[in-house]
Amino acid sequence: MNIRRVFAMAFKETLQVWRDPRSLAIALLMPVMQMVMLGYGVSLDIKHVPLCVYDQENSQESRAIVERFTAPGWFSISQTLVSEADLRNAMDRGECSMAIVIPVDFSRTLATTGSAPIQAIFDATDVNTTNIALGYAQGTVAQANAQTSAQWKAAHGVHPSPVGQVDVEPSTWFNETLDSRNFIIPGVVAVILALVGAQLTSLTISREWERGTMEQLISTPVTALEVMLGKLMPYFLIGLLDAAFCLVSAVYWFDVPFRGSLGTLFVTTVLFLIVVLGIGYLISVRIRSQLGASQIALLVTMLPTTLLSGYTFPIEQMPAPIQAITLIVYPRYYVTILRAIFLKGSSLPDLWAPLLGLFIFALIIIWLATRAFHKRLD
Amino acid sequence: MTMVEPAIIIQGLTKRFQDFTAVDHLDLTINQGEIVGFIGPNGAGKSTTIRMLCGLLQPTEGQAFVAGFNVGRQPEAVREHIGYMSQKFSLYGDLTVRENLRFFGGLYRVPRHDRGERMAFAIAMAGLAGREDVLVRTLASGWKQRLALGCAILHRPPVLFLDEPTSGVEPEARRQFWDLIHELAAGGVTTLVSTHYMDEAEYCNRVALINRGKLVAIGSPSELRGHQLGGELFEMDCAPLGAALKVLTDVPGVEEAAIFGDKLHIVLSAGGITAGDLPGFLGARGIHADPPRRVTPSLEDVFVHLVSGSHETRGAF
Repeated sequence: MNIRRVFAMAFKETLQVWRDPRSLAIALLMPVMQMVMLGYGVSLDIKHVPLCVYDQENSQESRAIVERFTAPGWFSISQTLVSEADLRNAMDRGECSMAIVIPVDFSRTLATTGSAPIQAIFDATDVNTTNIALGYAQGTVAQANAQTSAQWKAAHGVHPSPVGQVDVEPSTWFNETLDSRNFIIPGVVAVILALVGAQLTSLTISREWERGTMEQLISTPVTALEVMLGKLMPYFLIGLLDAAFCLVSAVYWFDVPFRGSLGTLFVTTVLFLIVVLGIGYLISVRIRSQLGASQIALLVTMLPTTLLSGYTFPIEQMPAPIQAITLIVYPRYYVTILRAIFLKGSSLPDLWAPLLGLFIFALIIIWLATRAFHKRLD
Repeated sequence: MTMVEPAIIIQGLTKRFQDFTAVDHLDLTINQGEIVGFIGPNGAGKSTTIRMLCGLLQPTEGQAFVAGFNVGRQPEAVREHIGYMSQKFSLYGDLTVRENLRFFGGLYRVPRHDRGERMAFAIAMAGLAGREDVLVRTLASGWKQRLALGCAILHRPPVLFLDEPTSGVEPEARRQFWDLIHELAAGGVTTLVSTHYMDEAEYCNRVALINRGKLVAIGSPSELRGHQLGGELFEMDCAPLGAALKVLTDVPGVEEAAIFGDKLHIVLSAGGITAGDLPGFLGARGIHADPPRRVTPSLEDVFVHLVSGSHETRGAF
């Protein structure tokens, strides 16, 4: 291998990327757009669930209950209803995901029997939102009951029983505010690097074929390995630049805590970039048109990465066969690693398992890539 | 005379693509400093042969040596010693003149202390002085071709393969291009150049005619012109040309009839129809024809004669 030929190759490739609006857009614009779209668009927090209230009694007690629902910001009243028909319509039109109905005798029943039902109706088409809203609703009511009961006991001079009470005192580590963004954003960084990396290198060999420059190139003494290294070098630097951009915007724009070390992040990112750039390169060697290659690269990276990498849908909750499939979805290892570095401040030894996965992938890709390109026309 | 090893030795070189035989047991030896023209119709196997000699295609059978290296087994060593211009222009259009030269200079590991001088030479040769920083895609075809040649000779290769280097280039630029090839040959560079312009065959030391993958004839242009056509050659103005050609093909005494530009070339053998009878013969079939004129055969006439029909004249020269 001759380093001068590698650098000649790398320099030429850099000039071409710099002068190709499409490559430049993928390198610089795509990460920004994806950071904005995925960073803002994907959230697992349920806030301001549209709530319809059909308060048939409209008493001080019933309004207090409604107030408890809306106060923490989980629900917002989208409509106040006045009839059963209204309720039906509002649900049908999707104006609310949840409705609460307070019966006309609510306060009276509460005062006489010590317990009164209110009805909660959910639009369960979105199961995820419904489950979370249901949890919030039950929590809200339980809290209300506990307070009422405590007030009553205090008013009547009854002291809480000292035995038989078990309380859970929750302590949420690593993501203390239970903000789903802290969980999502590190995953978004992995998704962006996986997509952008493969896109960029998918164009590199196919561009030579498409523009007819390949024949001249392979008639020179440059070796297949020198072509590969020279071509990947600029994209590697672009990948690092994109990674730095993602990191900075995650920490300073999305306020995700970064507790790990930059060194750990750098080492793991380098490993991940080798895998994603190598995959794009392998595609580029096979497909001789730029459009075809970039489509294939999108196909093989987009779906597995968004669905099976665990960046939004936890792998532990997938059925066993799907979990087995995720073992070959290489971004899952980097998603796990990034989350651990960002939120837990994990170091390399803590991350040995996903690192091993990524390392095996890198070896396989390097092995394939060094054998993929032949300086022949047949 | 000292023994000088030939620059290119081709022995039984064959290339098959599935059922199609593109190059069929080709034998050819080219000496150092020779300019050999590769002539033949489209699909005759010119490009396939050149690509095998550059190590870009693996021969199915036979072998070839370029600058002493086996093209099938030592392609990288071959590539160190050749310059190649592919049929399609294949420099980087989105790079400037200088950037292209620097890139190929890097790949060929042109010594750094020599690089400036050789790049300046290539730029001067291509006539691109003052336009070093222009993007190559904006250049006219003649300049592009000369720059491609400049890139191909940056490392001073002893052997040059030029695959239709002048196709689509205007006549004046073509002539300049051939001047360059002659200058290089004077410096000892061996050149194998394919072309479909017959007039360019005249610029070569020897011309190899290939058809359907086989070598049909080889010799100097004057040797080839002296080849017997099997009769006397006449040129005739007539209209419509196509109809005249069709009618004449089956007439006794007409050895050959072919369209040359806007005229018809006819080879007449003794004992059949005579030149004087032709206008009347064609006139009776509704084709207007002027009296034919006798002409000296050109290379093109010879090639048409050799390529058409079943004239197996291989090794005749």
